[in-house]
Amino acid sequence: MEKCRLLFSGSGGQGVITAAILLGEAAVRYESLNAVQSQSYGAEARGGATKSDLIIWDQPIYFPKVNQPNILICLTQAAFDKYIFSIRPGGTLVTDARFVKNPGLVDARKIELPFHDTVMEKIGKPVVLNICLLGGIIRLTGLVRLESVGALIKDRFQPSFHDINLKALDLGYELMDRQEAGG
Amino acid sequence: MNKTIRFMQGNEVCAEAAIYAGVNFFAGYPITPSTEIAESLALRLPESGGKFIQMEDEISSMCAIVGASLTGNKAMTATSGPGFSLMQEALGYAIMAEIPCVIVNVMRGGPSTGLPTQVGQGDVYQTRYGTHGDHAIITLTASNHADIFRMTIEAFNFAETYRTPVILLLDEVTGHLREKIEIPEPGKIPLVKRLRTAVKAGVDYHPYLPREDGRLPMSDFGDVHRYNVTGLYHDMWGFPTTNPPVVYGLIRHLVDKIENNTPRITRFRKYYTKDADTLFISYGASARSTLHLVENRRKRGENVGLLELQTLWPFPAEIVRDACSKVSLVIVVEMNMGQIAKEVKLAVNNPENVFLANRIDGELITPTDLRNTLRVIQGKGV
Repeated sequence: MEKCRLLFSGSGGQGVITAAILLGEAAVRYESLNAVQSQSYGAEARGGATKSDLIIWDQPIYFPKVNQPNILICLTQAAFDKYIFSIRPGGTLVTDARFVKNPGLVDARKIELPFHDTVMEKIGKPVVLNICLLGGIIRLTGLVRLESVGALIKDRFQPSFHDINLKALDLGYELMDRQEAGG
Repeated sequence: MNKTIRFMQGNEVCAEAAIYAGVNFFAGYPITPSTEIAESLALRLPESGGKFIQMEDEISSMCAIVGASLTGNKAMTATSGPGFSLMQEALGYAIMAEIPCVIVNVMRGGPSTGLPTQVGQGDVYQTRYGTHGDHAIITLTASNHADIFRMTIEAFNFAETYRTPVILLLDEVTGHLREKIEIPEPGKIPLVKRLRTAVKAGVDYHPYLPREDGRLPMSDFGDVHRYNVTGLYHDMWGFPTTNPPVVYGLIRHLVDKIENNTPRITRFRKYYTKDADTLFISYGASARSTLHLVENRRKRGENVGLLELQTLWPFPAEIVRDACSKVSLVIVVEMNMGQIAKEVKLAVNNPENVFLANRIDGELITPTDLRNTLRVIQGKGV
């Protein structure tokens, strides 16, 4: 397989770091792959642009940072402005139209999906936005099975949060599935 | 799903390994980037019957683990540079009084409060020379989670074997990084039990009278034997003395018990060193970036290799000299002003062939940084 370098970015509290950890953990524990995940700390992790680096590969991973992501995920305009120029030429940019306006000219495949609006419409709680996004990334990359992340959610989250997170996961997966199938 | 495979932060791995090694006392004060070690042990120690105490500062934390160890416990603390500075006085006491304990320093950028959330490797000398007076010390390090697990256990084993504090020197990148770790089955990695005295209750016990092999059996303080413990030069009873032969004997013993066992304490990894004509020497997070470059260069057929040091002190000069003897270029990769590079220069026969590739801005040194340094050294420009 090709080494997959993902960069999740957004603002503190959106849960982009949790999404990256869940994807990495599912890859390691359920798919026998290697993954390394790191994140920004400090003032920027508490409100400003926050990011998490995740590399998934079937071979040993030594250098753990993502300087040029294959897949760049931006959940705020500030994060988009900060990281857009790091994207690997020919990579994939995933944004939510509600947060990032006019992604403009980049040498990347652009995927704009209404994760936020879908979550608000179908679930009504913005807290599961990151899990909805994660569902989309799972469909996009095909690195881990949806059930693996579902099992992790049940393992890690309080029972009262299982249902809305699993629903958000499915919603994100379906959004991306329609996008990928429809072209 | 395999239950023994986990996706954890390096700091959490260190805490798990400490539990595996049988730690039953932790005293500490939270500080980035080491806090997850304390957090994990605050959860795990009560489960296994151990004690976790958050102290008022790092001075008391270090003193608490010294006392806990003396009374028969496996004790550790974890901190970062500023806290490690505060621990230096009691660290010296533990060296002098020969009290086994493990101190984890997860390095951030320094000096002073420096860069709390970013990486550095500037405390290599501090672990060696931070506390005053002549002494020897054991400092271990690791670059990946499997090795963090192993070296944490080695730290406890060396502490008990040599009756000395051992420093486990990690860094922000490896401490915070999440990666795969397979937790070994209990009993798979040998643990060194404390050597306790066979002297019975009511019979005189000499806490500082070495056996023939130089080791000093311990008696849990407050148990059946009464004895004295002091930071002053002391005799075999533990009482202060200025008697020159006794003073001489003690300082020789403190240094020799570690320096003379350097081959037994030395841990390292070699990657592609057999036919290398350019040898990188690195440790901790820097070694990850170096190995990334070395793997790529090997695929292109270049004869580059890596010697990853896991024991930094006592410095494994013979291993380094031997590894460098057949190469034309040695590049030491670290995130400081060349602390291990200086030791390498002292160790090798041709110090003019030793170069430093470093990064000192709080960011992890990258394979690109190394590639550029290599080109400059080879006269090819950046």
